[in-house]
Amino acid sequence: MKIYDVAIIGAGITGTAIARELSKYKLKTLLIDKEVDIAFGGATKANTGIIHAGYDDPPGSNRAKYCPKGNSLWPKLAKELEIPFKQTSSFVVVFNEEDVKELENLLERGRKNGVPRLEIIHDKKRLAQMEPHLSPRAVAALWAPTAGIISPYEAAIALAENARENGVEIFLETRVERVKVENGEVKGVETSRGFIPAKVVVNAAGLYADEISRTAGVDYFTIHPRKGEYHIYDKRLGHLARRPLFPTPTPISKGIVVTPTVEGNLLIGPNARDISDKEDTSTTREGLDEVMRGAAKLIPGIEKYRRLIIRNFAGLRAEPSTRDFIVEAYDDPRGFINVAGIRSPGLTSAPAIAQAVAEMIAEKELLKLQKKEKFNPYRKAIPRVVEMPPSEANKLIKEKPEYGHIICRCEHVSEGEVIEAIRRGAKTIDGIKFRTRAGMGRCQGGFCTYYVLKILARELGVPEEKVTKRGKGSELFPYKIKELVRRDENAS
Amino acid sequence: MQADVAVIGAGAAGLAAAVAAKKAGAEEVLIIDREEKLGGILPQCIHTGFGLQYFQENLTGPEYALKFIEEARRLGVKSLTNTMVLRLRPGEITAANSQQGIFTVKARAIVFAAGARERPIGAIGVPGTRPAGIYTAGLAQKLMDNYGLLPGREIVVLGSGDVGLIMARRFAMEGAKVKAVVEIMPYPGGLARNVVQCLEDWGIPLLLSHTVTKIHGKNRVEAVTIAKVDDKLRPIPGTERKISCDALVLSVGLIPEIELLEEAGAQLDPHTGGPIVDENMETSLRGVFAAGNAVCIFDSVDNVSITGETAGKAAALHVQQKLQRPAKPIRIAPGRNVRYVVPQLVSGSRSVKIYVRVSKPLRNAAIMLGDKTVRRAPRLTPPEMVTLTLSKTVLEGLEGEVKLNVEGEEG
Repeated sequence: MKIYDVAIIGAGITGTAIARELSKYKLKTLLIDKEVDIAFGGATKANTGIIHAGYDDPPGSNRAKYCPKGNSLWPKLAKELEIPFKQTSSFVVVFNEEDVKELENLLERGRKNGVPRLEIIHDKKRLAQMEPHLSPRAVAALWAPTAGIISPYEAAIALAENARENGVEIFLETRVERVKVENGEVKGVETSRGFIPAKVVVNAAGLYADEISRTAGVDYFTIHPRKGEYHIYDKRLGHLARRPLFPTPTPISKGIVVTPTVEGNLLIGPNARDISDKEDTSTTREGLDEVMRGAAKLIPGIEKYRRLIIRNFAGLRAEPSTRDFIVEAYDDPRGFINVAGIRSPGLTSAPAIAQAVAEMIAEKELLKLQKKEKFNPYRKAIPRVVEMPPSEANKLIKEKPEYGHIICRCEHVSEGEVIEAIRRGAKTIDGIKFRTRAGMGRCQGGFCTYYVLKILARELGVPEEKVTKRGKGSELFPYKIKELVRRDENAS
Repeated sequence: MQADVAVIGAGAAGLAAAVAAKKAGAEEVLIIDREEKLGGILPQCIHTGFGLQYFQENLTGPEYALKFIEEARRLGVKSLTNTMVLRLRPGEITAANSQQGIFTVKARAIVFAAGARERPIGAIGVPGTRPAGIYTAGLAQKLMDNYGLLPGREIVVLGSGDVGLIMARRFAMEGAKVKAVVEIMPYPGGLARNVVQCLEDWGIPLLLSHTVTKIHGKNRVEAVTIAKVDDKLRPIPGTERKISCDALVLSVGLIPEIELLEEAGAQLDPHTGGPIVDENMETSLRGVFAAGNAVCIFDSVDNVSITGETAGKAAALHVQQKLQRPAKPIRIAPGRNVRYVVPQLVSGSRSVKIYVRVSKPLRNAAIMLGDKTVRRAPRLTPPEMVTLTLSKTVLEGLEGEVKLNVEGEEG
């Protein structure tokens, strides 16, 4: 049986970033996830997509340590892996003079955390120039030039693809039941597909990190879900914000944000509600209304554009009882590393946390880290035919005519892009959506679902009624016509 | 490529436009469509009810389309299918397909007939989860009637638009149980004949003044919660009940698909969601005409084809420099109890057909243009559009903006 050097549990942004980091070294690394695809399980596919500057985390905390560092790593990483990313900067906005003091506090905290180039803009005219749709009631803003926006799921997918390119194995639809420990040492993981031996186990299991950790005997923390709800608008409204606009943070969250997405939509949210069910990603009337009210403080009149909302969704933050990121390698059991409670700013921090994990493995001498001579840092994005210069696009279409067949009218996705996404591991309608954007536009799949379904069935060699939205139990069109009529006839 | 008239969209409007353009003397007529086959959504509408006005025949969607397709072929209309238009400017279209790559078509006139899209679940903001099992009615129809796939076995339909009603019957025919059609308004969204033929004849309950307030289920829809709504359309607490089902089908409105026109700078009408057109169906962009559901959502395919015909003919005349444009157009604006009017601009120098959608059901109604009563009707409802011919005499002396009001008793 193959013995892995490292088994990483969880293929969200943290797990994939760790996998990619470790793929630089001569290690046998395995990435495991219970879902059918990368970034399907938790917070990675449902968050605000902001690369934070790092000014609002308490100095001295892990969050304050990893966030600014992660922020500084993303531009290069995004370039190497062709992840859609824009360094837009961000604003924290206040609406009366007394609150300017809060901005000063944040600025001071930012300085302590090592966040560069923070500035308070206490000038209505300048604010209006920089953000023409921002409320005229805004009196000042903390400007964080290093903040940006990214596609979080594409980031995780790109990290996983590059990790795999560099030798990391990925087991999907594999649920880790427990971490096996003998004589104070990690031996591997028991999974739904049997035992997998590994010398080091990294627990990046998101909301379930506490349960996994407990099986390894580390039980000093719990993770509880904190729900955040969102509205996403048609690209027509993408211009309403040029950068993420925050209110002043509350003790439990950064507040309801208005932000452009890197793809050009407008996103508002999240609220913050502590709940008990780790699977409850349902939206609520009250929550969606709360988000709308919050956003309207920043961009007055936004509530009038309800008909341009194309989707609402909810995500769950993995909130740790310790209130801080848990990034720790233990002596007992030796070989066990927790990367838990990675709530906001987890997306930003992921590359820095990944480096920290590698350093812990070296420091604790869990494994010998030897750099690979042939590490390939680059990953090519799926070609977006309509975004290419026409001559290049036509060259591609001549070579591969399927790139000329545009199957998604809203986001202009070609059949070639869908086929390429399948080749890279998409097996479901959502897998195609997150990789190509087919189904993410204003019609929300009303037109392209049929094509995507047909292409998936053809390329995977499965009947159309077996194609799923996001894995078993989510078959899109589960029956053949006449099937039910025949059943009734047989029964009677 | 080049064409005298290029038509975008090969549905009911586009086909009629292409045929009419050819008949009116345009030499090269090219019709472009993103789907594999001509016909737009007609091939998936396997029910009857098409062509009652246009052909005085009761046809199915595919039959109706075929009549136009055959005529277009006979007349020598050229077509490009599997071709997506990416950009439109007066005189020029950029499109993509597998054979030609990304290419341009120089066209002396363009008819925009791209149809409409369905309003998705996100646009109406129903709380709850987003599992598999939520479909727009048109998507369900396409998968069912063209590909033989069924979305579920216990279905709730939200919205009583015509597609929703037709699909409720289709599901029932296929042995699925349609638990309810839920409509937020106090009256049905679709045509009266569809309410009778699709729901009543099949024993499917229609719940007026109700809406879906929550969707349940993780991977697959397991149930929906419905509730009664008050006169402001807000759910009434205490009236909720849960209906188990494995699919929720939405028929909550169509939206003219006009993004290409919008990007090209055409003036839009906030009431229709489509472009402002004159009696030739010409948009504010000279040489760019529009027809069908891309202009406003019509109640019947026959009216869609008629607007296509007008647009196609005018496009051909434009190419031949024979098109008469309104010199000082009269703007007909929706007034009391009117949701929208198309065309918005008329010349006044000839009689013209206009389409009116009222905003609520009215009895003993009088349709007034300015202070002139142009028609009386015992009952008008939003699903049934009013087709009016405004004579030259009625239009005489009008200028600038004139309101079209409908007076009547509510209900």
